[in-house]
Amino acid sequence: MPAITVRVNGLEVTKEVGARTLLSTFIREEMKLTGTHVGCDTSQCGACVVTINGKTVKSCATFAWEADGADIGTIEGLGDAENMHPMQEAFREHHGLQCGFCTPGMVMTAVNLVENNPDIDEDGIKHGLEGNICRCTGYQNIIDAVKTGAKAMRG
Amino acid sequence: MYDFGVKTPKSVDEVKTALGDSDDGQYLAGGQTLIPVLKQRLAMPSDLISLARVDGLSGIEAGGDSITIKAMTTHADVAANADIQSAIPALAKLAGGIGDPHVRNRGTMGGSVANNDPAADYPAAVLGLGATVVTTEREIEADNFFTGMFETALDEGELITEIRYPIPEAAGYIKFPNPATRYALVAVMAAKFGNTVRVAVTGAGPCVFRVPEMEQALTGNFSPDSVKDGMVPADDLNNDIHASRDYRAHLIGVLARRAVAEANG
Ligand SMILES: Cc1cc2nc3c(=O)[nH]c(=O)nc-3n(C[C@H](O)[C@H](O)[C@H](O)COP(=O)(O)OP(=O)(O)OC[C@H]3O[C@@H](n4cnc5c(N)ncnc54)[C@H](O)[C@@H]3O)c2cc1C
Ligand code: FES
Ligand code: FES
Repeated sequence: MPAITVRVNGLEVTKEVGARTLLSTFIREEMKLTGTHVGCDTSQCGACVVTINGKTVKSCATFAWEADGADIGTIEGLGDAENMHPMQEAFREHHGLQCGFCTPGMVMTAVNLVENNPDIDEDGIKHGLEGNICRCTGYQNIIDAVKTGAKAMRG
Repeated sequence: MYDFGVKTPKSVDEVKTALGDSDDGQYLAGGQTLIPVLKQRLAMPSDLISLARVDGLSGIEAGGDSITIKAMTTHADVAANADIQSAIPALAKLAGGIGDPHVRNRGTMGGSVANNDPAADYPAAVLGLGATVVTTEREIEADNFFTGMFETALDEGELITEIRYPIPEAAGYIKFPNPATRYALVAVMAAKFGNTVRVAVTGAGPCVFRVPEMEQALTGNFSPDSVKDGMVPADDLNNDIHASRDYRAHLIGVLARRAVAEANG
């Protein structure tokens, strides 16, 4: 395989990848960005959601070489403990997480939903999160968090 | 996964060359079916031939009496397309109900139709609307395309380039989704073209199928009342952990009535 060039959270990198290297593996093991989680590795749970050119995808169901030339966004690109993204802040405020394993995918998806539809309603949030499974919260706090996050993002 | 080589052709001609140069090449479209299959070691291609960068394989063209969707068009793009939303809203709805947003951002129409999963949505659109599947070799009518469970009329290496959907006078699509996967437990597409009615059912049997008895009754009177229970006998339907064959037979009647009602607005 020839090397690929991608921009991860704005930073351009060129690296050799194997044919079988999944985008999730590339992000976690090559880029050392372990915020992207692998929950199921079978395309079901959405913990591994990142953006490719602004669209959410399951990085465990995409090969790294398929993203050659693309912009990749991961949870690390949103904010950090000192400087949280409004959506991360809203998840904290509403207790939209317990173990936190699904959270990176939830937050990436939620931010993308609101960016595409700033006035998203509860139904839209529920449909938009159909590809993200949480085993802890029972979802209600996540939905509350996304509503608050959306409001904060609208400013 | 077993190891494989990767080819990234830029044109349909290069696709053919790439396939010819491979011992046992397989196309990769959105990968939403194929990558999980590779992980389970249920497929062992010598090479993956990626269709993502092939020129002219993606896009939607609206004509006077049909809409043409190129093979690599994603489910998300079909769902969001204004021409499809106005000419065949049932098709936009079908694409927008596949899986979840992330699957719809990668999964393609061509991959779904070539795969012919018994519970997939697109086969119901292709058969229910009487579409034409265009390949690198020929044009195949929907009625001759879906030949069995995960089986199609495609020859080894034959590439779907686009599918042409005639614009119906009215059409409705109703799915009872499996709550875990969103695939169809049963789904029905009902479409009316002048004096012709087509009804296609997916999810219920080993392969998408039409229901001539319903089509006949609806041709006389395109109203939900024309659909009677029992028009599809339960005998040959799927019977599994998700639903019994009797339940599926019942759902076909219910969903067909709702699809006709939706078509009638
Ligand atoms: C969590 C999840 C939920 C899903 N839910 C649904 C659902 O509700 N309804 C539904 O219908 N589907 C569902 N799917 C399947 C999804 O629609 C896939 O996108 C689709 O089945 C395959 O399309 P693909 O582009 O990903 O193809 P790939 O996985 O890349 O390819 C599938 C097969 O088609 C072949 N192929 C691809 N393109 C062509 C072409 N142009 N010509 C000839 N052969 C080709 C490939 O070689 C391969 O054998 C779901 C998938 C997942 C992971
Ligand atoms: S780890 Fe990718 S969907 Fe679960
Ligand atoms: S917080 Fe534990 S899986 Fe969602």
